[in-house]
Amino acid sequence: MAAVAVEHGSEEVEHQAEASGHAHPPTNTGISNDKVAMWAFLGSECLLFGALISTFFLYRSRAPLGTVKPHDVYDIPFTSVSSFILLMSSLTMVLALSAFNRADSRRAMVWLSATALLGATFLGGQIYEFTVFIREGMTMKTNPASSAFYVLTGFHGTHVGIGVLMLLALVILIRKGRLTPERAETIEIAGLYWHFVDVVWVVVFTVVYLLPL
Amino acid sequence: MTTTEHGPAGHADAPDAAHDAAHDHPTEKKYWIIALILGVITAFEVALTYLDLGDAVAPMLLMGMVAKFFIVASYFMHLKFDARVTRRLFISGLSLALFCYLGVFMMFRQLGPRSDRQDINLIETGVPQR
Repeated sequence: MAAVAVEHGSEEVEHQAEASGHAHPPTNTGISNDKVAMWAFLGSECLLFGALISTFFLYRSRAPLGTVKPHDVYDIPFTSVSSFILLMSSLTMVLALSAFNRADSRRAMVWLSATALLGATFLGGQIYEFTVFIREGMTMKTNPASSAFYVLTGFHGTHVGIGVLMLLALVILIRKGRLTPERAETIEIAGLYWHFVDVVWVVVFTVVYLLPL
Repeated sequence: MTTTEHGPAGHADAPDAAHDAAHDHPTEKKYWIIALILGVITAFEVALTYLDLGDAVAPMLLMGMVAKFFIVASYFMHLKFDARVTRRLFISGLSLALFCYLGVFMMFRQLGPRSDRQDINLIETGVPQR
């Protein structure tokens, strides 16, 4: 009897969803398992980046006298521009999702490409910054502070790189007609990852670059 | 958008209002305004580092950071409009990380007075202070 009621409930939900123009998956939570998995993954990523940021915070002054510390070599105006670029990539990401929800695949591709381009620009800036720091004498092995700095920002950069590849894959899938507006949730899930990378940088930029020792 | 808190019968853990709210995402114009606000906060934060405001700089920077974090999470990640389960998942991870690493900071005396901080003593003297 209870099973029949549950089954009936599922059909009712699907019917309501179809009527409202949205395809709700018949899961217990009402949202797709893919999306729940992405949120659970992002929750676990908070712990990963929390560990890296805390480590940097603890070690940021641990440098023998005479060695170059991260705070000695920062170029705040340059990193501020990079941060602004990454923030704006979150805007282009939501605009891509919004366009795809309106079944405007062409505009969605434009915004997704813009997001990937902004992400790649941020990555390029980070690589340039690393080369300058190394030239100024701060390598991975210089002191605990520099190690913590490179591990934290390097991990974040890797996440941005993965995100850029994900965005380019989405553009190709849309272009080939293998990703249609009915499956807009795929873009939404990739967007969640991208925005998370952005919020992590919001914290990294303040804690690592701006906070005084 | 495929977000709702409606579940099958027997799992109705959300009111109808939540369903409506789940689809009430900001318009594109609002997204541009939100991005503008984020840009202004970032510019304000950077300007703060060039001003000589003493001990007031750190709390102001942290406030700006928290504001930007919640604006991106609420509006761009749609946490404000999405199903409750997504909020619970994300906030669980975030709270766990905050409590865990605040404990670490307290253990390493990072939250005490400046004179008591091991890292400051180390940078000023070159050797760890006991």
